Amino acid sequence: MQQTGALTKIQRQIQWNRLIAVVEEQAQTMIRTAFSTTVREAGDLSAGIFDLQGRMLAQAVTGTPGHVNSMAESVGHFLKKFPAHTMKPGEHYITNDPWLATGHLHDLTVVSPAFRKGKIVGLFANTAHIIDIGGLGMGPEGRSVFEEGLFIPIVRCFEAGGVANETFFDFIRAGSRTPIELEGDIYSLCACNDAGAKRLVEMLDEFDMDSIDPLGAFIFESSRQATLDEIRKLPKGTYRSEIRSDGYEAPVTLHAAMTVHEDEIVVDYAGTSGLSTRGINVPPAYCRAYSCFGIKCVVAPEVPNNWASLAPFRMEIPTGCILNAPRPYPVSVRHVVGQLIPDLMMGCLHQAVPGRVNAEGSSALWNPPLRGGSQVSGPAAEVEDFEIITFNSGGTGARPGKDGLDGIAFPSGVRTMPVEATENVAPVIFWKKELRPDSAGAGRTRGGFGQIMEIGAKGDAEYAVNAIFDRVANPPKGREGGGEGAAGWVGLNDANGTPLRTKGFQIIPKGRRLLLKLPGGGGMGDPKARDPDLVKRDVADGLISKQAARDLYGVEV
Amino acid sequence: MTARLAVDIGGTFTDVAVETEDERWTGKVLTTPHAPELGVLEAVRMVLQKAGLAPADIALVIHGTTLATNAVIERKGAKTALLTTEGFRDVLALGNESRYDQYDLNIELAQPLVPRRWRLPVTERLDNTGKVLIPLEPRDVEQHVAFMRAEGIEAVAIGFLHGFVNPVHEKQAAEIVRRLWPEVPLSLASEVSPEMREWERFSTTVANAYVQPLMASYLKRLEVGLRAAGLTCPLFMMLSGGGLTTLETAARFPIRLVESGPAGGAIFSAHVARERGLSEVLSFDMGGTTAKICLIDAFQPQASRTFEVARVGRFKKGSGLPLRIPVIEMVEIGAGGGSIAAVDGMGRITVGPESAGADPGPACYGRGGAKPAVTDANLALGRYDPVAFAGGALRLYPEHARTALAAEVGGKLGLPADMAALGVVEMVDENMANAARVHAIESGKGYDGRTIIAFGGGGPVHGYRVAEKIGVKRLLVPSGAGVGSAIGFLRAPVAYEVVKSLYQRFATFDTVAVNALLAGMAAEARAVVAEGAFGAPVRESRLAYMRYVGQGHEIAVPLPPRDLGAEDIAAIRAAYDTEYSRFYDRPVPGSDVEVMSFAVTVATRTEEVLPAAPAADSPAPPPIRVQQVRDTVTGEVADWAVYDRAAMAPGAKVPGPCIIAEAETSTLVGPGWTCRMDSLGYLDLTQERS
Repeated sequence: MQQTGALTKIQRQIQWNRLIAVVEEQAQTMIRTAFSTTVREAGDLSAGIFDLQGRMLAQAVTGTPGHVNSMAESVGHFLKKFPAHTMKPGEHYITNDPWLATGHLHDLTVVSPAFRKGKIVGLFANTAHIIDIGGLGMGPEGRSVFEEGLFIPIVRCFEAGGVANETFFDFIRAGSRTPIELEGDIYSLCACNDAGAKRLVEMLDEFDMDSIDPLGAFIFESSRQATLDEIRKLPKGTYRSEIRSDGYEAPVTLHAAMTVHEDEIVVDYAGTSGLSTRGINVPPAYCRAYSCFGIKCVVAPEVPNNWASLAPFRMEIPTGCILNAPRPYPVSVRHVVGQLIPDLMMGCLHQAVPGRVNAEGSSALWNPPLRGGSQVSGPAAEVEDFEIITFNSGGTGARPGKDGLDGIAFPSGVRTMPVEATENVAPVIFWKKELRPDSAGAGRTRGGFGQIMEIGAKGDAEYAVNAIFDRVANPPKGREGGGEGAAGWVGLNDANGTPLRTKGFQIIPKGRRLLLKLPGGGGMGDPKARDPDLVKRDVADGLISKQAARDLYGVEV
Repeated sequence: MTARLAVDIGGTFTDVAVETEDERWTGKVLTTPHAPELGVLEAVRMVLQKAGLAPADIALVIHGTTLATNAVIERKGAKTALLTTEGFRDVLALGNESRYDQYDLNIELAQPLVPRRWRLPVTERLDNTGKVLIPLEPRDVEQHVAFMRAEGIEAVAIGFLHGFVNPVHEKQAAEIVRRLWPEVPLSLASEVSPEMREWERFSTTVANAYVQPLMASYLKRLEVGLRAAGLTCPLFMMLSGGGLTTLETAARFPIRLVESGPAGGAIFSAHVARERGLSEVLSFDMGGTTAKICLIDAFQPQASRTFEVARVGRFKKGSGLPLRIPVIEMVEIGAGGGSIAAVDGMGRITVGPESAGADPGPACYGRGGAKPAVTDANLALGRYDPVAFAGGALRLYPEHARTALAAEVGGKLGLPADMAALGVVEMVDENMANAARVHAIESGKGYDGRTIIAFGGGGPVHGYRVAEKIGVKRLLVPSGAGVGSAIGFLRAPVAYEVVKSLYQRFATFDTVAVNALLAGMAAEARAVVAEGAFGAPVRESRLAYMRYVGQGHEIAVPLPPRDLGAEDIAAIRAAYDTEYSRFYDRPVPGSDVEVMSFAVTVATRTEEVLPAAPAADSPAPPPIRVQQVRDTVTGEVADWAVYDRAAMAPGAKVPGPCIIAEAETSTLVGPGWTCRMDSLGYLDLTQERS
């Protein structure tokens, strides 16, 4: 009997491992079949398996943190509308409701039931950022969610037996600038859930399991314990911090009071700025996702994401603050504010465990949505119509023992696309994309360097940018005496250096190019304590000027 | 008498195999890292003596080496500079701007092989069609030459944006460098890796430049050494794509040699598959620190064009330097006999990727290792005879294994040492099975009806359980498995692959342009192969890498090896649709298809191998002893018979559970499996019941 108990214990671990492999297969299938560059090149996606109560058992490692538990929460909303016992084999359900899913209309979430021997045994869900959903397009200009694109309530996109809901697909095709990609992506999301379901059934057969619930209980208990063990290592107390975003019409302050209890961490966002009239508002699920991520990568990075490992992190977000936007406030570019939250969490945690957090970084992605052709210039258009977005990053914050990373995404988990590939899908020319010297915050460990980008249309034709940039008026802060990272800058490449607004739709006139200077990360510790050889190396590499070496680091080169 | 000889330099051992019409001799010597040719010469001397052959009897020497890989991993290559497009000197540093581990704040990224001060911008720009937007400024190149010489640069790479579409500027820059500095080795992106995606292309090009001086000098020394030893025959090099090439080509594109050892292992498996007429196999090579798996269909190891070298986050995808070269597609898992077991914060058993290595080695070696390794777990389960391990060369200490397992695994989970051992072995088998499953998904393949070919020290031990986990019902353990890569070299064709990008849409397919491109590529590949084929017949194969317009991943579709006509287009499109549905079940309605690039491979024909005749039944030998072994599925202990492989005759059949012991490894025949020795002396395991 004792031996049987030991064997069961070992098998539970094997099954847990298998489940993580199953959701990884699910995510890989999506990447290989997706049409939108945002999924296949950038990896802006998420995938996971859920029990019939909508609790997440495992999530693919592949993916981006913005979806961490926003996708997890959304499965519960699907189940409210379509209870598990009513679901049939071959059905797939979909939504892009920012409040019931992952925070803006560009993210599609699909939920699919898995059946074994005619009985529903689990649910697979995934989320992907698609390239276009109609409306104003990716950007902050909408004044309500109705302007931001096609709104898909929770509906069935495939009926029982895997029959496509053609009425649904008719609406989808009519409502997007890129109908083929959108339809192809929806097929891809469904196919990837099917792949997961098939593997799950094989696993249940192999281990002769009728239900995933006992395994779920084991996963939840192990994960909860592991998370609590880590929380208990932190000094108890309430830690306050704030961070500022440039905002759209006015600066935005995010305020957090993080309380470490015996068995949970609670973040209270009281004191945070109110709502914006534009699409930089953050739905609460997205705020919770990046709050969790920011805490988790400091406190319990090794514990896999699931319902129980995320449960001890709780957020109290006052209604009507910019981190808890109600329907129908615009939310299209919620990332530009939301991605500052991990820096804010680390600002709090620095008071508790200073040796384990980073300085502030560039944080919000610098993704210029570019549009040209007749939708910008009308009949005078000199280039074909195009609509693209590329993902780019500034520097990350310095780390206690290491420099920040140059031009690397954090907290987002996305990848950038090759310039050659971008120039093949749209009539644009990137004239420059390289590191930005003297942009890293000085310190014993320095921040990562930002980058400079210069983008024109082919033939320097007129086109437009729907700006969503931040940290221009509020550069990343250093910690423990480290310097600020360089502030961002947005403007034209003309002789005067004409600045543009950091947010909103603006024309790049014929003969001009868009110039972007991405922020550097903040530094950590006294720059005078930095190893002079590292300063000299950066000077030799043309990343730090001789003057900065002398003035900031006290190193003569 | 004519014989062929193969030498494979690995991290620890240099393996050698020599073969005449009807006999084969093999051997191993220690690798000599400081001057690898010394180990090679020693191995050659040793095996010739063993075989009783004279140097003049050798008609061909085939060689593979990890030297290039090691130079990149250990950062011991040449001081390399990169001339690149103004505004893009940081392509190598920025990579894809992502972190391969989302939750690790202390992540390390792979540093480029060329530091920023030697990444030198040149005024020039092409657009995506290859049109010149800004002409190349010769003075920039001239100034850089002066700077590079002053800096003591030893190798130069040139890579410009869209240079793979139109190499005019790269060639112009190269001419200027050659004129001013004739002796410096040059690598052009448009020649080394002419494909879209600037990071991967530049990364491959600088890696080529980085290893070039070192490889050139090594190959020279080796050639001189072999000549001095009386071997005047041609010397061929094994490529990572599974073909052989001449010294001259190897010296031009040394980066194509990086994974030649593992490629030899895959070719070895492919040959075994051919001998047995097995059209779908999984090659499973498990050694001391890693396991490598490779899918082989129709006797061809799966090919790929992307590879990562020198991963800094051990075995983590995305943590290395990308290379875009023809390679045999393989998955490497941090799971070997030396992989260390532990318990994580969730109370889960983990295995690897940390390895006990050879020193101190697993706890049971008795050399002071206190952490339990996979070998310890196998020993504690009763799978090894402590006095007969490695042919009795290495005495094992079961009590040390148990102590380590109890301390590091059992104690933390409330399990006795034996059950902890079971957990460790099940977990490592599960990890390998999971990797195999994901790999199949990525390749659009399955395991139904597939056979595993297991080799390396651990393959035959873990093979049957991995097979059970992925649903494979047949396992083959060939002989000579200890030097599989070297034997594989002897089976490889002389081959060369050329890949080029030429964007095409099916709706507007330009057969004239495509035919011109393919003909040029074929001529290039044929010229390279002709240098080493000595008039042997060759075959040519062509592929198009295609996808739905806008989709991310390309699928390789075969093209006929001749000029295409308008009438071929529909058939190629149909082949694409079939291939796509095989991968992803659902076709996508109403989408055009685009071609991203083309590949042409020219290879000498592989020798016809007739599947071996079946062996008539013969009696099973008596077991040499009986061991008490714990089964990892049921947890029960039972008596397993142990047979001596050398005592088994072709046609002999033994039922599982049992162990078939030989000097280099043991083959485990699990409960429900049966093992029969075939006419070639291979162990053929089949699962009779599950």
